[in-house]
Amino acid sequence: MQFEPVILFFLLGLSAGLLRSDLKIPGVVYEALSIFLLLAIGLKGGVELARHDVLDLALPALVVVSVAMLIPLACFPVLLRVGRLPRADAASIAAHYGSVSVVTFAVASSFLASRSVAADGYMTVFLALLELPALLVGVFLARRGQGQVSWGTLLHEVLAGKSIILLAGGLLIGWLAGPEGIRPLDRVFFDLFKGMLAFFLLEMGLVAAGRLADLRRAGPFLVVFAVVAPVCAGLLGIVTASLLGFSVGNAVLLATLYASASYIAAPAAMRIAVPEANPALSIGASLGITFPFNLIAGIPLYHWLAFRLNGVLT
Amino acid sequence: MSPALTGRKLVTIVCEAELETLLLPELARQGAHGYTLTEARGQGARGVRDGAWRASSNIRIEVLCDEGVAERLVEMLQARFYADYGIVVFVIDVEVLRPGKF
Repeated sequence: MQFEPVILFFLLGLSAGLLRSDLKIPGVVYEALSIFLLLAIGLKGGVELARHDVLDLALPALVVVSVAMLIPLACFPVLLRVGRLPRADAASIAAHYGSVSVVTFAVASSFLASRSVAADGYMTVFLALLELPALLVGVFLARRGQGQVSWGTLLHEVLAGKSIILLAGGLLIGWLAGPEGIRPLDRVFFDLFKGMLAFFLLEMGLVAAGRLADLRRAGPFLVVFAVVAPVCAGLLGIVTASLLGFSVGNAVLLATLYASASYIAAPAAMRIAVPEANPALSIGASLGITFPFNLIAGIPLYHWLAFRLNGVLT
Repeated sequence: MSPALTGRKLVTIVCEAELETLLLPELARQGAHGYTLTEARGQGARGVRDGAWRASSNIRIEVLCDEGVAERLVEMLQARFYADYGIVVFVIDVEVLRPGKF
């Protein structure tokens, strides 16, 4: 089996964490890397977007976001009834799985690029659009009929959070500047991208290793959920992409977006809006299991499925 | 001659970093004139908080204030944050110069 080299960096970090190595990536480096990656992903999408008519994306965007909101709605009853989790935890975990992981998307893009499967850069627009809706659904599920929600604080936390600001800002800059205008920046943002991603994944491996201990306390249900939920969501992504007439590459990216679970925006938003939910459960599942699963097995699986189902549904 | 020192309270809050946006506006609302915030790492009931990323980061907020503000702060923190968040608060007596600032 051929691994993406960037995934080997993740496995190195994971191994170092499990071996209790003294390897540590300073918090400021983590912050700097995440700022770089978000901005670079946004710019890349924006440059591609400049080649298309933005209005053509409106209808697919509406469908993609509407279908994505089904993911937390489907996860919630399973977590509540089958997993017998408290309402707040079920809602918080559902929100994490409905929202998206930027880095998983980046790895899927580089997976496709290394196999010469074409995918459109404007998929980044969906990445930016999909972060928030599931978080709102999650908070609604947690609070339905009880307790107060400071929606303003929540919206501010997510919309003014660095991931939306940098992704949307990068998209806008890339779109306004166009491929020619961005060319002087290519070396920094595009040529260095994979190396930075490798660094970031090394750090994510270290962090993920620390989260596995939390899961040991959570029990087997959540571990199974953290593998089954992304596969079901990925399948939903492929079907949706197929109905929208997306290319195979775009279908893989949409499947990856649906399958990925947030571990940056969602934990911060849930901590503020649903504080009684235990973050160890949601982050343990999303970062400890789903993130590595998607990197190692999920993305190749969605790729295989997208090829198999290509043309079958339409 | 020693400078004129005046008694004040030092309220120290060690809590998860996610609380920063919720907590800081409350400090001013309870009458605190300022605060000092530092990033912190440590271990406690919620395991090791190693600061590797935001979800495992702590902050330490120090507020110099008079006794009335200190009491209000402690009450507010207990009522709003103790149930659901990782948070430790302690108050000590200190002596300050320029008491009007605090």
